Amino acid sequence: MLRIGPFEFSSRLLLGTGKYPNFDVQKKAVDVSEAEILTFAVRRMNIFEASQPNFLENLDLKKYTLLPNTAGAKTAKEAVRIAKLAKASGLCDMIKVELIGCQKTLLPDPIETIKASEELVKEGFIVLPYTSDDVVLAKHLEDLGCHAIMPGASPIGSGQGIMNPLNLRFIIEQTTVPVIIDAGIGTPSDAAIAMELGADGVLLNTAVSGAKDPIKMAEAMKLAIKAGRLGFEAGRIARKEYGQASSPVEGMSIG
Amino acid sequence: MEIVINGEKLEIPIDVATVSELLQHYGLNQKVVIVELNNEILEKGNHQETLLSNGDRVEMVHFVGGG
Repeated sequence: MLRIGPFEFSSRLLLGTGKYPNFDVQKKAVDVSEAEILTFAVRRMNIFEASQPNFLENLDLKKYTLLPNTAGAKTAKEAVRIAKLAKASGLCDMIKVELIGCQKTLLPDPIETIKASEELVKEGFIVLPYTSDDVVLAKHLEDLGCHAIMPGASPIGSGQGIMNPLNLRFIIEQTTVPVIIDAGIGTPSDAAIAMELGADGVLLNTAVSGAKDPIKMAEAMKLAIKAGRLGFEAGRIARKEYGQASSPVEGMSIG
Repeated sequence: MEIVINGEKLEIPIDVATVSELLQHYGLNQKVVIVELNNEILEKGNHQETLLSNGDRVEMVHFVGGG
């Protein structure tokens, strides 16, 4: 069970809803992934196109928990406004604080992320900040009341996988709220490694939506996250420098 | 009456007096839409009683795909 604030989830995969080829593929990918938390962005509406379909309207909202993000915000003030807009929909209490500090790398601005998270915790939101893989920053975010910490594996949408497993492990070991590896996942093995490190969940989007077959990749990610989690719970063997035979050395019928 | 919606100046018919009627006017009343009026975010329950005035600045946002 993944527990975030007052919520409980059986799936440890959090799925983004951006950039799918079409709604039909997206719906099937979401179904197959068995994700229970879906991320969204908040944007201006085209008021002249009321008939335009919206993915959210085709979702069974009893089945899913919405995790809107503050993407697009460059300052804490802007992020807090987006969070409040999202909450005013009456559809969600959770917010992914996403404050990009560098447009080229899309890495987060730690100072604005701290400010926004602090304010949103005070306002009663369930706050999940996207952060860089800095253990001290993660500790600060936890101390100010964030409900989960979401360090990136590598830059958003880069598909580079887990660039610094050591830093992620430090964060996982020292954080008591859930740690969700967010951003940069490219393959099912990346997601499995994140879970083997002891992460409580993985948030990914492009790895599925940008795959040649998003539906198949959604299933692969679901299985990888389950496998990685089971592996973590089972406890891996110690690494040894030299070979150790699996078969008994005694009783061989040779010589 | 003239109001600004999502940064665009628009002429609104005289019979559109409330936020709720504005949403109906654009066929958005069944949509998930969040309204901000002059930098104040409105709760959904207040759309019906919130009156519009000439020169109001309205933001209408919704959820789109994102990660």
